[in-house]
Amino acid sequence: MSEWPLYEVFVRSKRGLNHVHVGSLHAADDETALRHARDLYTRRNEGVSIWVVRSEHITATSPDEKDPFFAPSGDKVYRHPTFYAIPDDVPHM
Amino acid sequence: MSAAGTDHLPPASPEGQHGNAYEALNEGDDPRWAYGTGFADPLAGVDTAVPEGVDAAELAAYCLMLGDDALIMSHRLQEWCARAPELEEEVALANIALDLLGQARLLLARAGAVDGSGRDEDTLAFQRDPGEFRNVRLAEVPNGDFAHTTARLLVFATWRLALLDRLAASRDPVLAAVAAKGVKEVAYHRDYAAGWVVRLGDGTAYSRERMAEGLAAVWPLVPELFTPHPAERRLARAGVAADPAAAREEFDATLAQVLTAATLPHPAAPRRDDAPGGGAPGLDGPSTPSPDLRKPSAPGPGSQEGALGRDGAHTPALDGLLAELQSVARAHPGARW
Amino acid sequence: MAVLEEHFERTIEKDRRVEPRDWMPEGYRATMVRQIAQHAHSEIIGMQPEGEWITRAPSLRRKAILLAKVQDEAGHGLYLYSAAETLGVDRAELTLKLIEGRQKYSSIFNYPTLSYADVGVIGWLVDGAAICNQVPLCRSSYGPYARAMIRICKEESFHQRQGYELLLTMMAGTEAQRSLVRDAVDRWWWPSLMMFGPPDDASPNTARSMAWKIKRHTNDELRQRFVDMTVPQAEALGVTLPDPCLRWNAERGHHDFGEIDWSELKRVISGDGPCNAQRVGVRRAAHEDGAWVREAAAAHAAKAAARATGSPDAAGRAATAGGSAAGAGDGAGAAARAGATA
Repeated sequence: MSEWPLYEVFVRSKRGLNHVHVGSLHAADDETALRHARDLYTRRNEGVSIWVVRSEHITATSPDEKDPFFAPSGDKVYRHPTFYAIPDDVPHM
Repeated sequence: MSAAGTDHLPPASPEGQHGNAYEALNEGDDPRWAYGTGFADPLAGVDTAVPEGVDAAELAAYCLMLGDDALIMSHRLQEWCARAPELEEEVALANIALDLLGQARLLLARAGAVDGSGRDEDTLAFQRDPGEFRNVRLAEVPNGDFAHTTARLLVFATWRLALLDRLAASRDPVLAAVAAKGVKEVAYHRDYAAGWVVRLGDGTAYSRERMAEGLAAVWPLVPELFTPHPAERRLARAGVAADPAAAREEFDATLAQVLTAATLPHPAAPRRDDAPGGGAPGLDGPSTPSPDLRKPSAPGPGSQEGALGRDGAHTPALDGLLAELQSVARAHPGARW
Repeated sequence: MAVLEEHFERTIEKDRRVEPRDWMPEGYRATMVRQIAQHAHSEIIGMQPEGEWITRAPSLRRKAILLAKVQDEAGHGLYLYSAAETLGVDRAELTLKLIEGRQKYSSIFNYPTLSYADVGVIGWLVDGAAICNQVPLCRSSYGPYARAMIRICKEESFHQRQGYELLLTMMAGTEAQRSLVRDAVDRWWWPSLMMFGPPDDASPNTARSMAWKIKRHTNDELRQRFVDMTVPQAEALGVTLPDPCLRWNAERGHHDFGEIDWSELKRVISGDGPCNAQRVGVRRAAHEDGAWVREAAAAHAAKAAARATGSPDAAGRAATAGGSAAGAGDGAGAAARAGATA
């Protein structure tokens, strides 16, 4: 079996931001996955920090991206900043 | 544009309104993507005068040595393009080749500026003949298989890292700056190669055999790395160059560590040929013929017994390499690129 | 099923993205896999025509540019294989299909590169045509593909420019250089136009792909846009595009251009181009020659895992855990969303 397992890659593009999923790659082990991620996803200085995780180790909601799991928060519009009307002349909002 | 604010895609049908299709992508640029930022000139603000008491011609020769090492090694790695064992390695090998090419450009430019000849990096790379190249022969021998490339890269990067580490404190501010940048790059190259030596050494019976052969093939080229050229020795005494002889211990220690992790015998140790007739049973892989490394090619005028790459004595492989590297540039005298 | 199908149709209709775990019609999935794989293969095969010139680049600056560009192409192939894997196929399978000739790649890469001017013309025309094709794909209905395309398009912003800049420099050089440029433009112009695929009336899949918003514009629309963009660039460069019928049509507001030799496109697509065998052969050799290396890395990882847990069984599992691609996609999607909304 020569096929390397699949890893998901998350990059923090700069301090103050979350790690964001950028894609996947194949690697024989965790350490190589990190190296490959550095080579592949930060060729242009995009990252200050990288996470890799075996794809099979991610547990996800299913089966649909928009299923009842998320429905409860769908009606909590007050969680969203745009819910609040702020006059245009109020600065820094 | 969507009011949802969660859609990170570009706004609808923008591309038709732009002369340049890319402008369409740059609207409302998502801060998650930072493309091509943070590139800095490693020589910005660096004093380029030749330090006092240093022989300019000798400094130029030294820059050529280090620059040629990087240029020729980069070339061998470039040859892997579209041939690497996996696409991830394709990207990694190109990264290393690019780093070394960058180092070569800085060093050749420094050589041309210091020796007063006014030759730029391209004149030096494309208009010199093989006998004028000062790289170690380790860099020029043909690639062989991936294990051979890995073995060569481990040796090269371990050696170069030890040199650059010392050079970061050079009295020549340009060499110090080039070295400071290079240390980070070459440390990565070394780790990349070490990782592969371990994986191949500890992997399958076949990869182990390949790896051992790769190391054995490059090993005869190691002593040259630690044989200082007289110019290197003098410049080292002046606090400008790194004396390669002083880096041997560090090199040996690193190699020993990697070989242990790879469960490989030291290539200098006599090989145990347990199976009659040599190789391990069941292996029918091609054996990499060891190029005749000890003998400089066509010993021309001025070449002497024991002459090394630093003296301009090279294997025939460099002739072929340079014929390719210089082919387009030389076919078009007076051209601009 | 009807509910799922309706949900899918609504997603498309509202211009929302389809994500990996969403239900999708088999035809949509198959079309996406085919398109993304073909695109990924094109990036990887596309490394070769230019890659051949890296070691021969005539200046160190050009060498660095070309090396970085060809490396980008490997990276872009990886992004795209990664997008394809969210649909439940794995890269090894797609690679096999490529080297066995069961999946295609862009026929443009079956033409040879004869001089260094070709590097410039590929950047200008071939990457220019690719841009016209790819920018609309950033809004493709399939999320992972659209995201990969955004990244690719942004990274490629330098590809076309470096090519055009090389040509400008060469045109300002020697007469020999100018004639290399002209020759390269003559050879690459028509194949570049063919990159947009067959004309609309001979493109059976276009309608469905447009309905699914996999494709946003027809082949002919994109081809016209490319011609209109390129003509003034050719003038600025001082070269003549090899088409006597090429002229501005004020009535249409577009350039008219001559008839494309579709029989040539068919011939090249069906495997009879100048370099088909060579391109696939190089890719096959890399894949086959690299097998022992990939295998060794997997074997080492398995041994290391076994040493860590003290269980040889764990090693076996580690060694055989292969692409769980479909799972990967949703995991990724969920994690990315968590990141975006946290």
